[in-house]
Amino acid sequence: MANVSLTNLHKSFDRTEAVCGINLEIADNEFVVLVGPSGCGKSTTLRMIAGLEEITEGDIRIGGGLVNDVPPKDRNIAMVFQNYALYPHMTVFQNMSFGLRLRKYPKDEIQRLVGDAAEVLGITELLQRRPKQLSGGQRQRVAMGRAIVRNPQVFLFDEPLSNLDAKLRGQMRIEIKRVHQHLKTTTVYVTHDQVEAMTLADRVVVMNNGLIEQVGTPSELYHQPKTHFVAGFIGSPAMNFLNCKLFKDSGSLAVSVGDILKLQMPADRNTRYEPYLGRDLVLGIRPEHVHEKRAGNEVQTEVKVNFIEPLGMETMVYFTVNGVELCGRVSPEADPRPGQTAVLSFDAGKSHLIDPETNQVL
Amino acid sequence: MTVGVAVRGLPERAPSVRRGRFYLWLRRRSTIAVMMCFPLLAIITCLVAYPFAYSIYLSMLNKAETAFVGFGNFLFLFKRETFWLVVQQSILFALVAVIFKALIGLIAAHAVNTIPSKGQRKWRGMMMVPWVIPPALSTLGWWWLFEPTYSAFNWLLAEFAVPAVPWLSDVFWARFSVILVNVWVGAPFFLIMYLASLKSIPEDLYEAASIDGASAWQKLFHVTLPMMRNIIAITVLFSIIVTFANFDIVRVLTQGGPRNSTHLFATYAFRVGIESGDIPLGAAVSLFMFPALAILSFVILRNVRQRTVNI
Repeated sequence: MANVSLTNLHKSFDRTEAVCGINLEIADNEFVVLVGPSGCGKSTTLRMIAGLEEITEGDIRIGGGLVNDVPPKDRNIAMVFQNYALYPHMTVFQNMSFGLRLRKYPKDEIQRLVGDAAEVLGITELLQRRPKQLSGGQRQRVAMGRAIVRNPQVFLFDEPLSNLDAKLRGQMRIEIKRVHQHLKTTTVYVTHDQVEAMTLADRVVVMNNGLIEQVGTPSELYHQPKTHFVAGFIGSPAMNFLNCKLFKDSGSLAVSVGDILKLQMPADRNTRYEPYLGRDLVLGIRPEHVHEKRAGNEVQTEVKVNFIEPLGMETMVYFTVNGVELCGRVSPEADPRPGQTAVLSFDAGKSHLIDPETNQVL
Repeated sequence: MTVGVAVRGLPERAPSVRRGRFYLWLRRRSTIAVMMCFPLLAIITCLVAYPFAYSIYLSMLNKAETAFVGFGNFLFLFKRETFWLVVQQSILFALVAVIFKALIGLIAAHAVNTIPSKGQRKWRGMMMVPWVIPPALSTLGWWWLFEPTYSAFNWLLAEFAVPAVPWLSDVFWARFSVILVNVWVGAPFFLIMYLASLKSIPEDLYEAASIDGASAWQKLFHVTLPMMRNIIAITVLFSIIVTFANFDIVRVLTQGGPRNSTHLFATYAFRVGIESGDIPLGAAVSLFMFPALAILSFVILRNVRQRTVNI
């Protein structure tokens, strides 16, 4: 077990900078998920931790030791790849024991370690099969088995579930969580799927354009995003954004979206928002904070429904405000109909204001 | 009245039933498949099956091709020392040449594979040159390099005060020369096959092996070679067959000499059948290796098929 420390980490491919100087401390036993859109540098960062990519600048420390020039085999890490990377000519047992055999472990020890790992993952009966004879989920388990059998300091997962169907992905997510709770090994997990990030991570690292946008617990990222990007990236459906203006309305602060919508901001934000009085800002509000009329002093407005997405336990409502299509989340009993009008409430207390010049949430 | 209708109906119905079955048979996928293969089957029959059957027939005739002698020609060959020399030389030639072609091809394929893809094409093209030049023509160039009077190799050796080498007139050096030229001509085929195979090995297998702790050699033996086994087997099989059947290199360089020591089955069959006018005996020489190569092909291809199912 070990902590992982990234200091001013850079990676350039020719003239393209993939990772632009990131700093991150991953504690011992922690499960950290790097999440972000394609090309944000998350996989490159993981590969640099693994030693599969050279570092252009900066330092990587595993367990306190500098590993910049240490080859992958000597970093005591294990990696699970997106395409499993199982050796197709070897049986499951041979795949799982390959690293141990290369390290000249005694045969009895290999049998015991592979047997234990196979039992944890429920693949004991598959040990004599070849990867071709396995399903996607079974291959993923074998790839995990190969990783855990060596009892490494750090687990690295590079989008391990992206080749599985939705149902299997859900099952494997639970499996990975279970294995981490069992082994408590420091884990760095890369994904572009925010559901995986939110459900698995102790802490999530949101990356964009080679930089870290925000590091925090899933709840922090969801409820207190620090940047426009994080606010829009975390959450599905995505947060609604509307151009607005901050003004003073009978002693308190409020934002107006054209002439259509006026939201009173909570009084406890006055100090934070006052310097931005009269400025053009961006209002961010999540779909679940735009809902059918309920008891309370929320702002209500009448909108024309463009279309709906009934999901059973709730219905997503799409409508246009000030030329921008927004999404709301209402109870199925509200029964919104496309083309008809509906009265929706905006929960201003859960909204965010973003400075469009700095893209920071105020 | 009823009888009349039945009689009129029969001749009309019978052909329609026959036509229906014929059309159904024509529309079957297996029938269409065979019909689409027919042009190829016809070509193979004319250019492979017929000459092969005819050479078997020829090999069982006497020199004048007037009487059937059964295995007489083969029994005659078994008693001739020159024939066993040819067998020995053919096996030596094929094995040594194929081993070196495979080794050089593997090393060159790895070397080319490490070149960044931007500059790889020109190296690939240059390395394929020996294989695309007609062998008879390139062998003439080699003959000039080996030829005693103007030998460029001997001229180079003389520059370093090394005595001239009798490249084509000494048994050892003549065998060395024909094998060298065959390796030069054939190695690019291995290179291109191995390169294609190397490129098809997923990069993440090597990355997984790196993390598992494999050194470069261990990656070669535990990842690269097992992943290339089928291509290696097929390339080696193909090359063994083609090398055993080689004609032009020996014909141009040594004509089988000195003292028949570089003859291969094809050049010896030509000597016996065409130059000496004993076509049945020549046919017997050329057929000699067929059973061994057929068994070898069967075994290798069966292994390839089994591996394809498992991997």
